[in-house]
Amino acid sequence: MRAPLSWLREYVDLPAGETGRDVQAKLIDAGLEVERVEQLGADLTGPLVVGKVLTIEELEGFRKPIRFCTVDVGTANGTGEPQEIVCGARNFTVGDKVVVALPGAVLPGDFAIAERKTYGKVSRGMICSGDELGMGDDGTHGIIVLSNEHEVGTDAIELLQLVDEVLDIAVTPDRGYCLSMRGIAREAATAYGLPLRDPALLDVPAPNGYGYPVAVADPSGCDRFTARTVTGIDPEAQSPIWLRRRLQKAGMRPISLTVDVTNYVMLELGQPLHAYDRATLDGTIGVRRAQPGEKLTTLDGTKRVLDAEDLVIADNRGPIGLAGVMGGAETEIADHAAGQGSTDVVIEAAHFDAVAIARAARRHRLTTEASKRFERGVDPQAASAAAQRTVDLLVLLAGGTAEAGVTEVVAPSGPRTISIRADHPDRVAGLEYGRETVVRRLQEVGCDVYGQDELIVTVPSWRPDLTDPNDLAEEVIRLEGYANVPSALPAPPAGRGLTHRQRLHRRVGRALAGAGYVEVLNYPFIGDWALDHLGLPADDQRRTTVRLANPLSEAEPALRTTMLPGLFAALRRNDSRGEHDLALFETGLVFQPTGDEGVPARLPVDRRPTDEEIAGLNAALPRQPRRAAVVLAGARERAGWWGQGRPAGWADAVEAGRVVAREAGAELIIRQDQQAPYHPGRCAALSVLIDGQEVAVGNAGELHPRVVKAFGLPERTSAMEIDLDLLERAGDGAVQGPRVSTFPVATQDVALVVDSSVPAADVEAALRDGAGELLESLRLFDVFTGAQLGEGKKSLAYALRFRAADRTLTADEASAARDTAVQAAVERTGAVLRGA
Amino acid sequence: MSAPNKSYDPVEVEALKPEEIERMRDEALAALAAAADLEALREAKAAHMGDRSPLALANREIGALPPQAKAEAGKRVGMARGAVNKALAARQAELEAERDARVLVEEAVDVTLPYDRVPAGARHPLTTIGERIEDVFVAMGYEVAEGPEVEAEWFNFDALNLAPDHPARTMQDTFFVRGTARADSGSAAGAADSGVVLRTHTSPVQIRSMLDREPPVYVICPGRVYRTDELDATHTPVFHQVELLAIDEGLTMADLKGTLDHMVRVLFGEDMRTRLRPSYFPFTEPSAEMDMVCFACRGESVGNPDKACRTCSSEGWIELGGCGMVNPRVLTAAGIDPEKYSGFAFGFGIERMLMFRHNVEDMRDMVEGDVRFTRPFGMEI
Repeated sequence: MRAPLSWLREYVDLPAGETGRDVQAKLIDAGLEVERVEQLGADLTGPLVVGKVLTIEELEGFRKPIRFCTVDVGTANGTGEPQEIVCGARNFTVGDKVVVALPGAVLPGDFAIAERKTYGKVSRGMICSGDELGMGDDGTHGIIVLSNEHEVGTDAIELLQLVDEVLDIAVTPDRGYCLSMRGIAREAATAYGLPLRDPALLDVPAPNGYGYPVAVADPSGCDRFTARTVTGIDPEAQSPIWLRRRLQKAGMRPISLTVDVTNYVMLELGQPLHAYDRATLDGTIGVRRAQPGEKLTTLDGTKRVLDAEDLVIADNRGPIGLAGVMGGAETEIADHAAGQGSTDVVIEAAHFDAVAIARAARRHRLTTEASKRFERGVDPQAASAAAQRTVDLLVLLAGGTAEAGVTEVVAPSGPRTISIRADHPDRVAGLEYGRETVVRRLQEVGCDVYGQDELIVTVPSWRPDLTDPNDLAEEVIRLEGYANVPSALPAPPAGRGLTHRQRLHRRVGRALAGAGYVEVLNYPFIGDWALDHLGLPADDQRRTTVRLANPLSEAEPALRTTMLPGLFAALRRNDSRGEHDLALFETGLVFQPTGDEGVPARLPVDRRPTDEEIAGLNAALPRQPRRAAVVLAGARERAGWWGQGRPAGWADAVEAGRVVAREAGAELIIRQDQQAPYHPGRCAALSVLIDGQEVAVGNAGELHPRVVKAFGLPERTSAMEIDLDLLERAGDGAVQGPRVSTFPVATQDVALVVDSSVPAADVEAALRDGAGELLESLRLFDVFTGAQLGEGKKSLAYALRFRAADRTLTADEASAARDTAVQAAVERTGAVLRGA
Repeated sequence: MSAPNKSYDPVEVEALKPEEIERMRDEALAALAAAADLEALREAKAAHMGDRSPLALANREIGALPPQAKAEAGKRVGMARGAVNKALAARQAELEAERDARVLVEEAVDVTLPYDRVPAGARHPLTTIGERIEDVFVAMGYEVAEGPEVEAEWFNFDALNLAPDHPARTMQDTFFVRGTARADSGSAAGAADSGVVLRTHTSPVQIRSMLDREPPVYVICPGRVYRTDELDATHTPVFHQVELLAIDEGLTMADLKGTLDHMVRVLFGEDMRTRLRPSYFPFTEPSAEMDMVCFACRGESVGNPDKACRTCSSEGWIELGGCGMVNPRVLTAAGIDPEKYSGFAFGFGIERMLMFRHNVEDMRDMVEGDVRFTRPFGMEI
């Protein structure tokens, strides 16, 4: 809502020196979000005067039509001689009154007017359009042609009210009444402690039986409908400057006198109005729900198929308006310019149900000034005043005659009361206001208040948002000033810190970052194309996605079931920007439909849902496990003065899995695997033991070359993805302190030759099992293949360290332990001891 | 060894004459002093202290002397050899020190060589600033609560006093999940029937927290949230919020204000202050916008065109987020008796906080995952 300060002053006698910024500060304190104060005409200086066009000479030979005019500006130019001005506009003729900027004037945009030679003439000024004066859209884009009554030489800055301040207020949904000057003036009056001249306090004639007939079939959708008729409107009459300017300053475009008046009264009182051309109405105006399939062409020219829930205004022929949203084209007030202006109009001032209007506006994707107000609540008591005000203005400005008939259809309703303890605001705010202050503030809001300790508060008709004791508490606290609320600290019960799970998530991030990975946070949106690029088989469960009804991009309408596409995009972005040695990680949720999500029940909110009901809501949701994933490419270790570098590869990806699992206190089991999107020979399955069962938790490895190509990634890009929720369950619990032996170590190296298909992990497991308790550690220090081993063989060289807790091992003991270790490897993996 | 000289003639033992021994000693000392390196010293040692050296030979002759002369000659030779030995040790130490110094100089390296063998990793500043905020409240006794990102509308809207037709609950803001039952329906209206959305705020976690716990409830809810904004310099459809919820007996707006003040002081400095402005949220009543003194200019830009502040547009305050007293209707929906308990809540987006706390100008930098943006933030913030 844009509120011109000059207009506001009509209802509140603000101190004369008060600026827009001052009022802004006061209103912000009172809870109105005044986003900015627009300074109209601040960058405008005269002379800017009314002139009369005396002569027009059409200049020939230029690419566009140009006129050389003489304009009588009276003595404003100091000489009294006609002012010579070159002008490119054509919407004026000799004798028209126009607005002239004389040399020395500066127009908005730092546009200085000076004498200048142009088109072979000397132009001494400019004939102005509304745009050039910063007046806002007047729908013509031509120069301003004033009505004839204005004297030449009159100062146009004042005449056109070009200097003003406009408060731009973002009205929150609860403050529908502030979508009107009346509401804002009320807040300003309270904020300044000044009386309000309420523009809705008008003498309104009592309803009678001979107004335009109205039948409300749906009183729950429309609890009030006032109809008034004005006849004999002069179709040539135009909106006066003050009216047009106020509309413009409030951000609306002047259209025609009747429409301008209804818009003006809406801005003034907050009551949306509609004017029907009586000549086009056919019988009683009815308010009812639409019949399914009924059609209506609204004023914006859109033909709409109506829904059975839509509230419509109808006459004998059918719907003539979407109630509270937009009128129909057929009964539109005809434009006088079309030569067939409406002379008799019926004014509608009605009150519609907020929910019905909200739904209709949403259904038809049609948000209008009217629907915005009805959705947020309009003062039902202001309807007859608004109708009266509209009638008065049409009589005054358009020469119309008010018909004596006054139609009012009103569904009975009583005032709403709230009972509230007098100290309730104190208990909400944490400071003592006292009963007197509370009562006074509520009265300023417009409430009637009775009672002592327990107050019975009748809320005003324009505040449908006031329904609960806390609503009233807020009114008191805001008017007393939020700034006066003191600062205290509550004392929560002693806390337990982060949960095991939360600490794990932090550790995983730190560990990966410590290992050289940079964290990224990707959007979880993916498209099927990404799943195709990953090479997922048709039955892969990662292809079953949660899909959005209104995605930002049709290319990515689903939620991720794997972290990898997002990481690939981030890797590729970095690579294309010139960073090539990359290691990225992300932790976050993936979304897995269970397949049996039902539509969740619409639960009530006036009680706690039962545990079954909560379980029902949760069952409607997909599984959302947390994952950690990495992707890496380029050099893992760079070359430099220290020597060779090392490219990132599958082993780094698998190691990233180990890093994550280690933080969870889980031992990662690694097996050969073949899984999209990985290289079939370089893919590891990652699993852990949970309650003695081996559970798959992820994969790691080098990406399949086709995947690398499809995503445009660097060659040999590797990746890892692992489920943190499962890892969390795999943790071993508290670490048991090892007993550290100080006896000497006995080291034994063995080289075992096995088939190259035998996993090193199996050989290592056999060695460990065979070596027994004396084995302190075991490390694979070399892998060798070569002709001397034979085709399809590899040699694995291990360093075994033996140590006893209670004695120095003899050479024989160490050798014996080694031999049993080797024996186990021989039996379980077909290993042959090299050099034996 | 020569046999005892039976025909004793002291004059014959030339080598044991005092002046002769002195000469030998001086020659040895001179040779040691002249040795320029350890090799030369080794040779000088062999020549003057070895088995065949004059002093060694002279020593051997002592046995031939008559007993009365033995003692004196022995003392003389012993003193000479002692002096030479001492000089040798000193020279040896001297030359070894010289050699060591030379070798270490030769082994010197350029310690300014760079060592960027493994590029550094880093955590995302949104993660670490979120943790930092969590820690402020965990230290006060709050719990950190989490919840699903794909959420039932009842948790995201209804329970928060956002009735189905509430103006704040508009299609424009919310990502709706397409229902499986109506997977064929592309229309937004049909899809809205799934009853499932991407959470538009972390407030549903507040509801879950209240349902899961008996009051008092003190939780902080950080997380990812979704709104249908296009990505630009100041908007992202996926962003991060932190919300706080406190439910206890007798909590007031003063407690809210104090908690906010504490937070901004811990995160931004002891001189920080907050300001509450009346506002409207369906889930709180009374509601407020919370501002803090501008972190960049500390308010000094107000009315001071020479010190214009881009962070706060010279307003002196930065809008932090929304807050208020939990609407009793919300308590009721979450099974908490509003007659007995009251509570406060606040929430804010941490992207914005990161922007003004660390002078980040473009929100896209937080989204795109460019390592050049993230690396400088390191492990903690």
